[in-house]
Amino acid sequence: MKINPKKCVACGNCTYVCPMGAIYIDPELKRATINRDECVECYACYNGLSKEVLPPSTVRFVRRTLANFRVRFEPEPDVCPTTAFEPDQLEWPRVVRRAFSDPRVPHESTGVSGRGTEEVKTNDVTDRVGIGQVGFTIELGRPGIGARFRDFQEMSRELAKAGVSFEKNNPITTLMSDVEKGDIRPDILNEKVMSAIIEIKVDVARTEEIIRIIWGVEKRINTQVVIGVGVRCDADGEENIVLPILEKLGYNPQRAKTNIGLGRKVIRDLSGAAPIAQPKEMVTA
Amino acid sequence: MTNTLHRYGKAESFVDDYIVFSLPAKSKAAGQSGDALAAQKRFMQIAAEYSPCSLGDALHGGSLRPTKSKSIFGHWGKRNKPNFKKVLEGMSKAGTMAAVFDSRAKAEAFVKRIKEEELGLSVNISSSIENAKNACKFAGIPRHSVAYSLGFEDVGDNTPGKQAIMLSTMCGHGMLSINLAQKMMSFVKENRRTPKEAAETMARFCSCGIFNTTRARRILEDVRVGVK
Repeated sequence: MKINPKKCVACGNCTYVCPMGAIYIDPELKRATINRDECVECYACYNGLSKEVLPPSTVRFVRRTLANFRVRFEPEPDVCPTTAFEPDQLEWPRVVRRAFSDPRVPHESTGVSGRGTEEVKTNDVTDRVGIGQVGFTIELGRPGIGARFRDFQEMSRELAKAGVSFEKNNPITTLMSDVEKGDIRPDILNEKVMSAIIEIKVDVARTEEIIRIIWGVEKRINTQVVIGVGVRCDADGEENIVLPILEKLGYNPQRAKTNIGLGRKVIRDLSGAAPIAQPKEMVTA
Repeated sequence: MTNTLHRYGKAESFVDDYIVFSLPAKSKAAGQSGDALAAQKRFMQIAAEYSPCSLGDALHGGSLRPTKSKSIFGHWGKRNKPNFKKVLEGMSKAGTMAAVFDSRAKAEAFVKRIKEEELGLSVNISSSIENAKNACKFAGIPRHSVAYSLGFEDVGDNTPGKQAIMLSTMCGHGMLSINLAQKMMSFVKENRRTPKEAAETMARFCSCGIFNTTRARRILEDVRVGVK
């Protein structure tokens, strides 16, 4: 991402919307400036800010004049008043930043969409995580911290030493140069992303061991780790095997994503289905 | 992708937060067949009947989106309102389609209806463990699988700015910065914006449309009066 200095009026709105805090007003240039090493190319600034096309020179004059009276020109906090953000042509390896950080961009670099896979969200169709198994999603970088691939490599190497197998369709796995060792290709190790997910599947008996490995690595890396634990419920919809292990380790899970088991191999043919009424155009929440 | 899973907060803070989303199994190995997009359009049309606080298409956006204006006054005063019709008309490819509900009754009724529709799509509820259990019980469905969030390590209940984290993590892709959440909290505290205006400002950054403006308003009301 880049900011057109001819358009930027240094209103400062974008400094707040950058999830990495990588945008600042340069006191010499008097323009918003991006710290390219910290920018993860998430495009939150470009996609998230509403846009106006005010004339920059007029806005700068108004800002300077008002500032003399300690009055502030203040556009709406989610607006770039001069549409100053412009997408950059990203080359390898920087392009991986965007692939992992902008949720709307498919992984052209890896051929996989998103930061992870469908995990247990489609388990009712795929049976990816079966009875007696645990699917771990180990996400690095949230909330609002970001992570570099060398951090992911720290984690993947430790997990590889324990002999786990990585989910082969996961974007991180596709960027490994040696999946057996958990090595990530060296040319991207310093690239920073918003977050990404390492995915593994193990037998239930290894749940505690894997969590202790994660605890060990997170002390050594300069980012935040958040763990998701996916399991199959029994025929009554209960899950009384993994939760007690997590509680024994001191966790008290509050939130979960629950697959309610409506997925089928064949999606319903709706050609003869009764139509559903359209909603009103505007709905006040 | 775990973009709805790791919302920060205790179970009671999800009292008005139910995300019900559908997706097809995309891998060839899954062997799923049929018109997933048509089924997802029906899923979302039905969701709109149950008064969600947001609908979201992960590819095209939610019911509140950034806007563009050539007018100097374009973004003054009234901003755009949630537009469900735009979400429904914009759906062009099967993916993750979400409906966000702010009440147990609406969410449970919707889940029951979706079960009866037998669309064949995978449907997930992202909320507190108990909320999802109750919704399954109401619909008479045994849970198939569950993905627990173990929460953010080292972010304790007394961490300063935890309300900013609660707001920011409502966009699981991290598009809503903690700095903007804190700015909106300050604006509400200073009475420069109402909680509703601040919540809608933040919602525009969530490109999947899963930001819950009702929960955000409640959190911002707490911030205004100093409730931790």
